[in-house]
Amino acid sequence: MFWFFAAILVFASLRVITARNPVHAALFLVLAFCTSAGIWIQLEAEFLGIVLVLVYVGAVMVLFLFVVMMLDINLTRLREGFWGYFPVGAVVALLLVTEMALVLAGPYFGLTEAPPPPPSPAGYSNTKELGRLLYTDYVYPFELAAVILLVAIVAAIALTLRRRKHGKRMDPAQQIRVRREDRVRMVSMPADKGDQA
Amino acid sequence: MLDSLLAYPQALLGPLWPVVWTLVKIMLIVAPLMLAVAYLTLWERKLIGFMQIRIGPNRVTFFGIRWLGGWAQPIADGLKLLVKEVVIPTGANKFLFVLAPIMAIAPALAAWAVVPFSPELVLANIDAGLLYLMAMTSLGVYGIIIAGWASNSKYAFLGGLRSAAQIVSYEIAMGFSLVGVLMAAQSLNLAEIVKAQQSGAGLFGWFWLPLFPLFLTYLISGIAETNRAPFDVAEGESEIVGFHVEYSGMTFAVFSLAEYAAMILISALTSIMFLGGWLSPFPASWGILGASSFGWLILKMFVVVSLFLWFRATFPRYRYDQIMRLGWKVFIPVTLVWIVVLGAWMQTPLWIWWK
Repeated sequence: MFWFFAAILVFASLRVITARNPVHAALFLVLAFCTSAGIWIQLEAEFLGIVLVLVYVGAVMVLFLFVVMMLDINLTRLREGFWGYFPVGAVVALLLVTEMALVLAGPYFGLTEAPPPPPSPAGYSNTKELGRLLYTDYVYPFELAAVILLVAIVAAIALTLRRRKHGKRMDPAQQIRVRREDRVRMVSMPADKGDQA
Repeated sequence: MLDSLLAYPQALLGPLWPVVWTLVKIMLIVAPLMLAVAYLTLWERKLIGFMQIRIGPNRVTFFGIRWLGGWAQPIADGLKLLVKEVVIPTGANKFLFVLAPIMAIAPALAAWAVVPFSPELVLANIDAGLLYLMAMTSLGVYGIIIAGWASNSKYAFLGGLRSAAQIVSYEIAMGFSLVGVLMAAQSLNLAEIVKAQQSGAGLFGWFWLPLFPLFLTYLISGIAETNRAPFDVAEGESEIVGFHVEYSGMTFAVFSLAEYAAMILISALTSIMFLGGWLSPFPASWGILGASSFGWLILKMFVVVSLFLWFRATFPRYRYDQIMRLGWKVFIPVTLVWIVVLGAWMQTPLWIWWK
């Protein structure tokens, strides 16, 4: 099972960077998220797995796709800058490779292998434990993160909000409050006698 | 009885048995569901017909039997769509174009895995059932985005963006109403949520009463989430830029199947989370009427689904900016306020929905 998910994950991640069409790349990223959620669930981290699907696949990637689809990305223009960015990219890649090597070759560098976690008791709920920890031991970091996110939301909205000068924006509350008297004027007119002919 | 019956195939298939048995169980859910979807379309046309003093479909029948008039209509419709040509637009991405309807219907079916039909009868009794449901319903939006993009049409693309934005917005309000449910039930497991609503008070012990604003929000967001009238801008005649304008034949039919399956799913979830699931509305002393059973769940789902149809027959379509306003400026504040009220309420002795 693990190898099955891992194979899909590796394939999808490779396609994310090799796919020519940016929308395809984004969709492969979705696939990669879904398979890694599957692997996490196998590791008994079902809360994290489901939340990965819920947040990243269900919300973040949707918005990401929106942007990628609406941008008119010119591939040849992108290629032009390739050699300019190459040194920076190479340094980052090297750093990443080193980090991965350190993790993978942990025993070689004197890292003692961590013992496998003890099997969880029956009735153990991953979600409940996480919630308990977040709201007791880690409540201040948690709240801090929440406040930072809130500030980010407010800032993003403030930066992009602009009112159109001559927009025909309607106020629904006003529309609902409208009464017949404001719109229609009843005029009483004498009936036509009909004797012109 | 069942165990002895199953012993033979179990021995025959050996290690493959769990896979086969799970597939059988999935079929036992999906097949009646598809049948229900087919007859929901008939019920929709009939019910709206009654409301508009018409008769509705009454001609297509099995083997020429007069009094079955109309009952074969869904099957005739399905057959017609099945043999119609699937037009794939020029320049469309073929793979994604065909994948989109599948992406739309798959989450609506996959979500049924955690829906409990009775205390024991559930395919996967997972602890984080409510989270799983939210994850599945949030996946449904991909069908729409991919459909809009893969059609290679500006109208479909704009329609896809619009519907996707609508669904993503209403998902937030839905998620917040679910937060209220899990606070009241103290569990994410759907069977536990139903059990938390069990009390001596019959239907007054269910969560619709203490969570009334959340109940309404969930129901209305559910309608918006499934792209039903009055939020069905995807198929509005006056502004016809739905995400599925380029779809025809069976690919289009799968989109409608997904819509109706999602409707039944939302009604099942509303029944389970707010209307007591399989619990009886009557006191336990009423004999068979007071006993909790699968039938009550079906009855509640039927009532909620009929509400969907009733709304369709009653309300004019929302304008798009009003849809977004309702979701963001009305529902989300309502749910947020009620979650705080609920949190405070549960700390006081006035909270009487304790197990």
